[in-house]
Amino acid sequence: MSSSPGHDVILKLEDISKVYAGTVAVKHANFEVRKGAVNVLVGENGAGKSTLMKIIAGVERPTAGRILLDGNEVSFSSSGDAVNRGIGMVFQELNLFGNLSVAENIFATRELTNRFRKIDHKAQERLAADFLVQLEAGIRPEMLVEDLRIGQQQLVEIAKAVSLDARILIMDEPTSALSAAEVEILFKVIADLKARGVAIVYISHRLEELIRIGDYITVLRDGRITGQEEMRNVDTQWIVRQMIGSDAKDFAKADGHQPGEEVFRAEEICLPRVTGGLAVDHVSLSLRAGEILGIYGLMGAGRSELFDCIMGRHGQASGRIFIDGKPVRERDTTRRIQRGLALIPEDRQREGLVSILSVASNLTLASLSRFVSLFHIRGGAERQAVVQMVKELAVKVADPAQEVSSLSGGNQQKVVIGKALLTGPKVLLMDEPSRGIDVGAKADVFRTMRKLSRDGLGILFATSDLDEVMALSDRIAVMSNGKLTGMFDRAEATEAAIVAASALGHGPAHGEQRR
Amino acid sequence: MTDIPAKAAAPSASGGSLLLTLMKLRTFIALIAVLVFFSIAAPNFLSAANLILMAKHVALNAFLAMGMTFVIITGGIDLSVGSIVGLCGMVAGYLVLNGIDLQIGYTVYFNVFEIALITLLVGIAIGAVNGLLITRLNVAPFIATLGTLYVSRGLALLSSDGRTFPNLVGKPELGTTGFGYLGAGKLLGLPVSIWILLVVALGAAYLARYTPLGRHIFAVGGNERASRISGVRVNMVKMFVYMFSGFCAAIVGLIISSELMASHPATGESFELNAIAAAVLGGTSMSGGRGTIGGTIVGAFVIGILSDGLVMMGVSSFWQMVIKGLVIIVAVVVDQAQRRLQSRVTLMQMAKVG
Repeated sequence: MSSSPGHDVILKLEDISKVYAGTVAVKHANFEVRKGAVNVLVGENGAGKSTLMKIIAGVERPTAGRILLDGNEVSFSSSGDAVNRGIGMVFQELNLFGNLSVAENIFATRELTNRFRKIDHKAQERLAADFLVQLEAGIRPEMLVEDLRIGQQQLVEIAKAVSLDARILIMDEPTSALSAAEVEILFKVIADLKARGVAIVYISHRLEELIRIGDYITVLRDGRITGQEEMRNVDTQWIVRQMIGSDAKDFAKADGHQPGEEVFRAEEICLPRVTGGLAVDHVSLSLRAGEILGIYGLMGAGRSELFDCIMGRHGQASGRIFIDGKPVRERDTTRRIQRGLALIPEDRQREGLVSILSVASNLTLASLSRFVSLFHIRGGAERQAVVQMVKELAVKVADPAQEVSSLSGGNQQKVVIGKALLTGPKVLLMDEPSRGIDVGAKADVFRTMRKLSRDGLGILFATSDLDEVMALSDRIAVMSNGKLTGMFDRAEATEAAIVAASALGHGPAHGEQRR
Repeated sequence: MTDIPAKAAAPSASGGSLLLTLMKLRTFIALIAVLVFFSIAAPNFLSAANLILMAKHVALNAFLAMGMTFVIITGGIDLSVGSIVGLCGMVAGYLVLNGIDLQIGYTVYFNVFEIALITLLVGIAIGAVNGLLITRLNVAPFIATLGTLYVSRGLALLSSDGRTFPNLVGKPELGTTGFGYLGAGKLLGLPVSIWILLVVALGAAYLARYTPLGRHIFAVGGNERASRISGVRVNMVKMFVYMFSGFCAAIVGLIISSELMASHPATGESFELNAIAAAVLGGTSMSGGRGTIGGTIVGAFVIGILSDGLVMMGVSSFWQMVIKGLVIIVAVVVDQAQRRLQSRVTLMQMAKVG
């Protein structure tokens, strides 16, 4: 690997290995972090990226190998130790305190105090506001973190890391919950940090993103480093090859089947926002059997809220929905599931899975009544359905009695999908179905979506990934600020038109709302 | 204790798994340990009469602990059970002695069977109040049941002005005799209360393992939001567990007043703590989602035998409290160690699978 001038190596990992009880997460890794550059790290889930980063951030200690900072060997006894030496990290799982304000989160463990050791909230909020303004997210420092959407929380996490004034800043999937516009802002912040000579280590699953902002790339597979290059010498194909060992096509091909009759229609769905205004603003759409309708929108566009309304999770929502032309009058989730609606929620951990139950119990949770005679669960019938679903969706699990939390993200997502499918839905609502899962599992999920639509299921899926919505949808709906702002057939859809529609209503009016 | 973790441990044959199995069986081991210890240390401990007497003592706590187990599995707590015991005892006593005065010159007396039924309904009703407070009015379970704890106890005291209803023999001409059967009666050589315990315990264990309601109880405790989205009627599940807990408490109220042939309004004070202790000792997780009826019953036996055995040995009741507390703490510490070991064993299995 040749190095460009001006990008000195600030941190060097030599022959690092990390062994957990029974598993080797990282094997003999050599990794260099360069100053004033974006050092990209990619690999499938479980490849060891996060472990490697935790070693750099002092959260974990390597089992073997050396860490060289500015050429001197160091060992971090804690993350505080690493922070003191100028290493900051944006964690993949949000490490925020929901019950504290944004400012208190940003200054957690290094609170600004006045002469009497009392926390100086004014000063904290003033400083926090400076960082937040850079992120242009409309977050006020005195807001409680739990009141923010997940994407905004991620921005707070980023603000917190930036405020550390670190020399090395690690970002573990910082964009996984951000909208396209927010990603742009983040990239501006990154460019600014680069100019100040900060070394950035950047982890992401989104390859086009990496190619855009990366300067150096390192690929991990099964705990080993399989490729290390300057970014300008590589392309997507190369990255994917290094990651999974062979060329892979991301999106399953459309098979050209014709959608059937209308299976689902929503009319004038409205949901009032707690803070006033409408989170979902008179949305009407219809879906045909065997059709995949992608709903594209930025964060806060109201996609998830629309799904929640359709599932009957908000009592105060208004509007009408129809399945097979017949009105759905049931207002609670339980009976809407029985009518043929099923939701795959965005937040797998909080809404998708009961993590302490087994894979089998999770799979059949929504469809238990199918296996019940009188009040007795027929174990044989249940087991058979579980085994079949595990096989159909290629869930990698040794024994369905295993706790679901022991699976990788992609396999957990398959369990959530399997749970929805076992209810025998006519309409499947998928909210960001590919969020936070690796390339291989993504391809599986997309293939499953194709297959289901071929079998006549109507699929509504929400995403903030432009490529995904373009590649998978038969039609594309665009939402912005709670309104439906565009509806395109695949043939006529262009990225430019979709992005334009997704920005409608985000003009001055929106800016006012932020004040 | 549970079949699910047992299955998970089966494939591994490493040293960790032996320790894990031992830890899983800890409540059983504790039970055997106290049995062995007291049969050596306390004379007459193993006599049939003593064992039956102890079983009757344990049964009371076991009923409450079963109801408590379901409540705790859903992530809640029921502090009101002790007071429900007291109130239900008073209701039964009042009905036996006074019947219901219809205010028009007539008084309706019920037979013993009807009295038992009414008393059970009172217990279930208080459980329903708990459930409604928690599901409809969003009161935290701790607070809601703390409130009903005081209200029920107050009502029990009001019902007799704090006095005891003595001598619940009933009058043959009113058809109110036979109340003592629950507490003193025997069937095939075993006390009736033990048979009732057996029936309720088997029913509850069946419910937990083989019915959708049972599965939903665990799901709600594991992740309420995810359960709701999966179509589980979370509010109904919660209503059920508090009503079942009230039902169990009513049974205890009936049995105690039947055993004593008298109802005292202070009966059942601090019983809720013993019930929680038995559930926790039996492996029920206070954070919800984990627990078994079998484990809870064994836990109730460990606590009951421990206190009865210590009494027989003449240990001071002050020391008994210290010992009981230590046993509970040790149980939970071992429980945590087991969780850690368990996840390590699972990790190793995953590593093997690849």
